[in-house]
Amino acid sequence: MIDLIEARKNQVYVNRKDSFNIECDKKSVAGSVSQRACVFCGSRVVLYPIADALHLIHGPIGCAAYTWDIRGALSSGPELHRMSFCTDLRENDVIYGGEKKLYNALISLIEKYNPKAAFIYSTCIVGLIGDDINAVCRKVSAEKNIPVIPVHSEGFKGTKKDGYRAACEALFTLTGFDNESEVPKHSINILGDFNLAGESWIIKNYYKEMGIDVVSCLTGDGRIDEIKKAHRASLNVVQCSGSMTFLAKLMKEKYGIPFIRVSYFGIEDLSEALYEVARFFKEKELIDKAAELVGRELSVIYPEITKFKSRLEGKKAAIYVGGSFKAFSLVKALRHLGMKTEVVGSQTGSKDDYDYLKEICDEGTIIVDDTNPLELSHFIEERGVDLLIGGVKERPIAYKLGIAFCDHNHERKIPLAGFEGMVNFCREVYSSVLSPVWKYSPAYRKRKGGTV
Amino acid sequence: MLLRHTTDKVAERSALTINPAKTCQPVGAMYAALGINKCLPHSHGSQGCCAYHRSSLTRHFKDPIMATTSSFTEGASVFGGQANILEAITNIFALYDPEIIAVHTTCLSETIGDDLNQIIKKAYQEGKIPKGKKVFYASTPSFKGSHVTGYSNMTTGMVQYFSENTGKPLKQINLIPSFIEPSDMAEIKRITTEMGVKFVMFPDTSGVVNGPMDGKFHMYPKGGTTIEQIKSAGDSSFTLALGRVGAMSAAKLLDTKCKVPCEILDLPIGVRGTDNFINNLRKVAGVHVPDSLMMERGQLVDVMSDMSQYTYNKTAALVGDPDILVSTAEFLVDLGIKILYVVSGTPAGPKFERRIKEIAGEGVIVKTGANADMFYFHQLIKGNKPDLIFGNTYAKYIARDEDIPLIRIGFPIYDRVGHQYMPVMGYKGGLRLLEKILTAIMDRQDRDAPEEKYELVM
Repeated sequence: MIDLIEARKNQVYVNRKDSFNIECDKKSVAGSVSQRACVFCGSRVVLYPIADALHLIHGPIGCAAYTWDIRGALSSGPELHRMSFCTDLRENDVIYGGEKKLYNALISLIEKYNPKAAFIYSTCIVGLIGDDINAVCRKVSAEKNIPVIPVHSEGFKGTKKDGYRAACEALFTLTGFDNESEVPKHSINILGDFNLAGESWIIKNYYKEMGIDVVSCLTGDGRIDEIKKAHRASLNVVQCSGSMTFLAKLMKEKYGIPFIRVSYFGIEDLSEALYEVARFFKEKELIDKAAELVGRELSVIYPEITKFKSRLEGKKAAIYVGGSFKAFSLVKALRHLGMKTEVVGSQTGSKDDYDYLKEICDEGTIIVDDTNPLELSHFIEERGVDLLIGGVKERPIAYKLGIAFCDHNHERKIPLAGFEGMVNFCREVYSSVLSPVWKYSPAYRKRKGGTV
Repeated sequence: MLLRHTTDKVAERSALTINPAKTCQPVGAMYAALGINKCLPHSHGSQGCCAYHRSSLTRHFKDPIMATTSSFTEGASVFGGQANILEAITNIFALYDPEIIAVHTTCLSETIGDDLNQIIKKAYQEGKIPKGKKVFYASTPSFKGSHVTGYSNMTTGMVQYFSENTGKPLKQINLIPSFIEPSDMAEIKRITTEMGVKFVMFPDTSGVVNGPMDGKFHMYPKGGTTIEQIKSAGDSSFTLALGRVGAMSAAKLLDTKCKVPCEILDLPIGVRGTDNFINNLRKVAGVHVPDSLMMERGQLVDVMSDMSQYTYNKTAALVGDPDILVSTAEFLVDLGIKILYVVSGTPAGPKFERRIKEIAGEGVIVKTGANADMFYFHQLIKGNKPDLIFGNTYAKYIARDEDIPLIRIGFPIYDRVGHQYMPVMGYKGGLRLLEKILTAIMDRQDRDAPEEKYELVM
């Protein structure tokens, strides 16, 4: 193994060979080329898909510029979320405070756009200069008669996970308002799906077919009015558990809504998700419908997957994603393609997550928390990996190494959730791994026994 | 209709930026630092800043961008980030072994008031910096300037820390480019080499952020100016700064610190911009312009005249970074294109405004700094539609809504490739920019032509 920085030694684990327990939930070591982001980023990605809300960033321009329309969270209606609003704090504001600027910005934006609610994101600098954004929000809310919600997402206050938490707290304040509109008997909320490339729509259709209504999707294709009645659903179905379990817990405490954790990615996890939701309502009809749906879809996608598998069998993969739930599903999905996961890691996995990962991975798989490019590229070369699955910062590393890549993050352009998503995933892996361009890669030629 | 929310009436705004036409200083500083050989940029702030800047540069260059972060915590924000950066310096040299760490600050560390000069001194004293290795910093709070001034501050820092007048003059000239593409930096070097002039250029990101695929991950790609070269800039005979906002400050400091005289030029875009650059190069280095460059110039002018009927009297609106805007505007005017609007989020000041008016006439609307954002730019366009828009990727929303062709130029470009490898500067680059313009105009003409007027020969 390469020289790991001393403080990182316990965050890298070779499955069933190392004896220690992997360390996680740590701040990145100062000075590492971490792939992680901050609290603000966590809050921003969770709340961003709510399309009829105003999202105002109270801070310097960078925080707004880097989060302007970067995530393909689709909306079926309004697209206010794709605009970038920022108080653009300048030196004077840092000295004299930015409350007045925030107030004026909010008033003029609400008058102009009539949003259903407004989220005000607090950034590092606001945490330092001590603007009382709660007070400003309360004032504007009273004047304009819409929810104006402060999101306490100062970047330095922890990791991206703490940002999820701040977002959950903000969302929670929106629940419990609408007790009048009708909510059907078999109803759920989808938590933790962000409608990237339209994935929420696929999942919603499954539930619809099963006879289950989705009261609110948090936050994919999200609407404020739906969130206001979310507390009246019978069950919270949590995907991407890292981001939304906290909200599910809050809602359980206050409204008594039970929750389950699922993944809509990969055949087993997706089928199990649908069955589990059906079982919850304890009605045979729902379970039968789920079985029918799963059976039908599988009969469609299996032959396709088998075709891909015949060409991918024996190839090796590395996975480095944000949330660990995604990693679980990916390990399983790759197995369907006959591919072996050599390296797997996440930015935000917890102890339990890594224990589970150890269970489902083969012996010898390298499991890593909060890795960096040097480590990652080293493991990829060492294990002769053919495919890297990751996000924006991992993509060019894979390509420089001359191996295939699949984006499983914000920048995915095709839905990877659901049964059709599984086929899309297989096709993407297939077309990347078998692309003719790799024959120009020295790594490829070496693997094929040629000279570099 | 993504931007259906844009109204055509320009309203006064005091407290608000909508759809920015700039980003923050640190990303520019990170980019400049990548232009030093074996340098690891370091972001002294929260983890998110570094992640965002790396993502942003990665999306633009489609190459791995390496940088480290101090990973500020709540504690650091109360008690200062000294412990974080000292720990970071130790870790960085132990694990990544760069020759040099270029620290830039963020709004967070600036507001806390970390004294980086003193902290870096301490790191040297305590032996945290291995022998022969270097650490330096630039102040780049996000609440001032823009990515272009951040780039300028980091470049100025290079002079401040490393350039030295040893009293032994060197027969070389300094070239300091503004925030431009690696392809353009390479083209400027090619032209200078073609002229037979010995030079030092910094920063130089060519070969760093547009490297080849060779099956290896290189933490430090081959490109970049070495510290020795930056040091020797203090002994050079002259400095040409290319781009006032991005390059002047470093050139001026070389003058005051090392007594190297300088000339501040516009970027060499188009005929006049490139003529001016080559002419200055010729004068200060005492060389002749080779036939090869005259040939390139002639070819550019040839296509400009061949196709002048397509460009003449067209109108354009420009948004982006000030140095690129000035030179692009000048080229467009030479093509007979009338410039309606020029908008930059960078606070480029009255000099910029004067320069644009000098080039494009008094009728042009120029706005920079606060409220000079894409929303305002869109409002102007709704009022009077130009034939062409010049801007970064974010201008694509406006281009789509208003059905106007967009020529992508500046930073960032997330949705096309080419800018990393093919220049728009110099005569050859001018030809490429002209090709883009003509293709946009002619594609539009083809698309909109009634069948009987759909032409084969254009």
